[in-house]
Amino acid sequence: MGVEVLAISTDSRFVHQIWQEQELSKMVTGGVPFPMLSDAGGKIGAVYGVYDETAGVDIRGRFIIDPDFVIRAMEVLTPEVGRSPDELIRQIKAFQHARNTGEVLPSGWQPGEATLQPGPALVGRVWEKWKP
Amino acid sequence: MALQEGCVQPARGPLGPTPGSAAPAAATTLAEEAKDVLARVGREAPDFEANAFVAGVGFKSVKLSDYKGRWIVVCFYPGDFTFV
Repeated sequence: MGVEVLAISTDSRFVHQIWQEQELSKMVTGGVPFPMLSDAGGKIGAVYGVYDETAGVDIRGRFIIDPDFVIRAMEVLTPEVGRSPDELIRQIKAFQHARNTGEVLPSGWQPGEATLQPGPALVGRVWEKWKP
Repeated sequence: MALQEGCVQPARGPLGPTPGSAAPAAATTLAEEAKDVLARVGREAPDFEANAFVAGVGFKSVKLSDYKGRWIVVCFYPGDFTFV
């Protein structure tokens, strides 16, 4: 898919290193391959709407950014529930498909399923092409 | 960018617009202190720069716009050594 991943928390880069060495490398062979950024002070999180000033941390939020540097999708959760990598990958593939083809992708679309070509010919006829 | 291994190195952001992508990184100015949320779908991503740990590389400064032209996923999370 050709995607760059950046992970950010308010931990220092020193803590990132130790977490990688002590724990992540035992979950993932070789550790996680992407940069782990330090948002000490929460300035970046504040701009992205994920900084919790009371707790002093960035809550879970993920943003898909396209090659034109435009944010395509965002998902923000309170801390007790983790994310779904499958849904993230589905959204990236859908946005890549839309960008490459001009087609649009209906609800629940998975790679390989029917797509829609927006235009006058489709108005009122989505039912012919797509049935949930 | 070489990093001085000091203890206090705040992340920088949002970064102001860089006129022309060829402008040197040093010309990037810190945008006015903004508490407002700037991230919106369909809009340009707010740029930022932060210290990072990269496996196999060590400590380096990472700027979001260094990845311009590629698909990027930015993941915020509450903290290292937490449970979820």
